[in-house]
Amino acid sequence: MSPDVLAVAEHRRGELRDVSYELLTAGRQLADATGGDLHVAVIGGDTESFAEELDREGVDAIHTVSEGEEFNHDVYVQAVEALHGELDPQVVLMPNSVNGLDYAPAVANRLDLPLATDAVDFEYDDGLTVTREMYGSKVETTVEVGGDQYAVTIRGAEWPGAEGVGDADVAEFDADIDTDTGSTVTGFEEVGGGDVDISEADFIVSIGRGIEEEDNLPLIEDLVEATDATLASSRPIVDSGWLPKNRQVGQSGKVVTPDVYLAIGISGAVQHVAGMKGSDTIIAVNTDPNAPIFDIADYGIVGDLFDVVPELIEEFE
Amino acid sequence: MKVLVTVKEVAEVADDFEIEGTEVDERYLEYDLNEWDDYAVEEAVQLKEDGPADEVVTVTIGPERSEETIRMALAKGADRAVRVWDDALEDVDLLDVETKTNLLKAVVEEEDPDLVLTGVQSGDDTFGATGVSLADEIGFQWGAVVNALDFDADEGVAHVHRELEGGVEELTDIDVPAVLTIQTGINEPRYASLRGIRQAQSKEIAPKSLDDIGLDADAIESDLTLTSMYEPESESDAEIFEGDASETAGKLAEVLREKGVAE
Ligand SMILES: Cc1cc2nc3c(=O)[nH]c(=O)nc-3n(C[C@H](O)[C@H](O)[C@H](O)COP(=O)(O)OP(=O)(O)OC[C@H]3O[C@@H](n4cnc5c(N)ncnc54)[C@H](O)[C@@H]3O)c2cc1C
Repeated sequence: MSPDVLAVAEHRRGELRDVSYELLTAGRQLADATGGDLHVAVIGGDTESFAEELDREGVDAIHTVSEGEEFNHDVYVQAVEALHGELDPQVVLMPNSVNGLDYAPAVANRLDLPLATDAVDFEYDDGLTVTREMYGSKVETTVEVGGDQYAVTIRGAEWPGAEGVGDADVAEFDADIDTDTGSTVTGFEEVGGGDVDISEADFIVSIGRGIEEEDNLPLIEDLVEATDATLASSRPIVDSGWLPKNRQVGQSGKVVTPDVYLAIGISGAVQHVAGMKGSDTIIAVNTDPNAPIFDIADYGIVGDLFDVVPELIEEFE
Repeated sequence: MKVLVTVKEVAEVADDFEIEGTEVDERYLEYDLNEWDDYAVEEAVQLKEDGPADEVVTVTIGPERSEETIRMALAKGADRAVRVWDDALEDVDLLDVETKTNLLKAVVEEEDPDLVLTGVQSGDDTFGATGVSLADEIGFQWGAVVNALDFDADEGVAHVHRELEGGVEELTDIDVPAVLTIQTGINEPRYASLRGIRQAQSKEIAPKSLDDIGLDADAIESDLTLTSMYEPESESDAEIFEGDASETAGKLAEVLREKGVAE
């Protein structure tokens, strides 16, 4: 085994995703601790130009695997498995993205590596300790990972993206991939278009599961009308069919950057926050003083929305 | 076709709680069916109602207490349930993905399903990895974060949408046997009817020990050890408005006016 770290980049439709650069930073942090090199794998697509972009400060080597245009989990698993066999690194780092969820567990299983997902931090000191959250971010934990080789997926936006121009060795890696597999990507589809573009709004009133029932939605609509705001929501409201998909803020919904984002009855799960943390001013109304949304809020009311919202409507009528 | 659905009972933490060592004190926990699994159960039951599936079996790794949650899945239309537990699991703080994979694999071998549905993640430990790990272990195809499923029984293909980030969905054809991890929003989970709840009482929940499924204690040696649990330090510099509803609403309104977004 080498003390090296292997980070697997992610791209979609011709572009490297932000998490790729974050993986470089996290990977460098780990490699410094293990005393190894940082290797980066980029699989599929225009690997040559991806390699150029990934060659940032702190990267020692980049391995390109030319197979397919887009992500395919069978290809990724085989490529990472083959590279792991070649490099025998101490840690494989992958993104905790939707595609990460689609191949990282299989990589860990096939290579018989303990897997720690959704890491928000880690420490290495003769052994790996990973920081993760539980119970919808209500508690944080440290987890000691046994064994001496590991698979870790990292949460997006927890590490800054690597910058600076690097001086990595770039080489094509022949992974000998069997492409006759049981899953085929046939295309992509954009969803969530429609009448309103919430990403254009200056003032968003966003509602979450705290509203409890569809019958309570008119209360929020009254507030929206009284303040001339744009209505948006967290995912469960859309899942329940109470609002259309184009109103969903978050990782799998829209990214919004209004002047003011008023989050009512929203806990602030990481996937929601991914879509609204860039708002200028964040205000939260929540009964739970420990709700993670308060960590990113500028102003807050710890209280029941059914008491607060009617009063707020009155202020503007 | 037989569909196996993984059903997990997850703990939810109350607004105010205390941590004892590496656990949230039991007094502050409430147990419920994992949100993502609820959608997986619904999808399986719909496959049965629509024809392709003949039987829906649930599998749970959990102590006897979890039977209450399992009954909910049975009340929603699952035919029977398997529950795996062992005293040896009682002392494990954090079951790693590999352990869950081992346990579920043993059940898959016994049940021989054509399709396995799991939730994308569980609400408590949020590994988000068990379904795909299991698929790889048992040699099934798989798809993670599935938010639309059109099952073609004649072809033996699951046409799925995988929900990527930023409002983009990937369209993928997956050969069965397969494991699909189900995302919320794929359907509308039903409420258990009174009749369903009554019927669930007479449905089978088969408890299985490690021994029953042909495993020994090695199979549950977790590679992960919880070493600490704490409330995250709030980085919040939020100004919290004090007072009753009318006072706090008044201050909030002031901020909105000040920012120029509402008059
Ligand atoms: C792959 C993936 C992608 C996802 N993508 C998204 C996404 O794009 N967008 C998204 O939002 N989520 C997304 N999620 C789901 C996310 O993990 C959370 O489940 C979701 O954001 C929770 O929504 P919520 O805050 O409305 O509900 P909850 O987490 O249930 O929070 C409800 C809040 O309301 C408060 N509350 C209850 N009653 C009241 C009251 N009377 N007054 C005031 N407050 C009250 C509670 O204290 C609680 O904090 C995704 C999950 C996964 C796994």
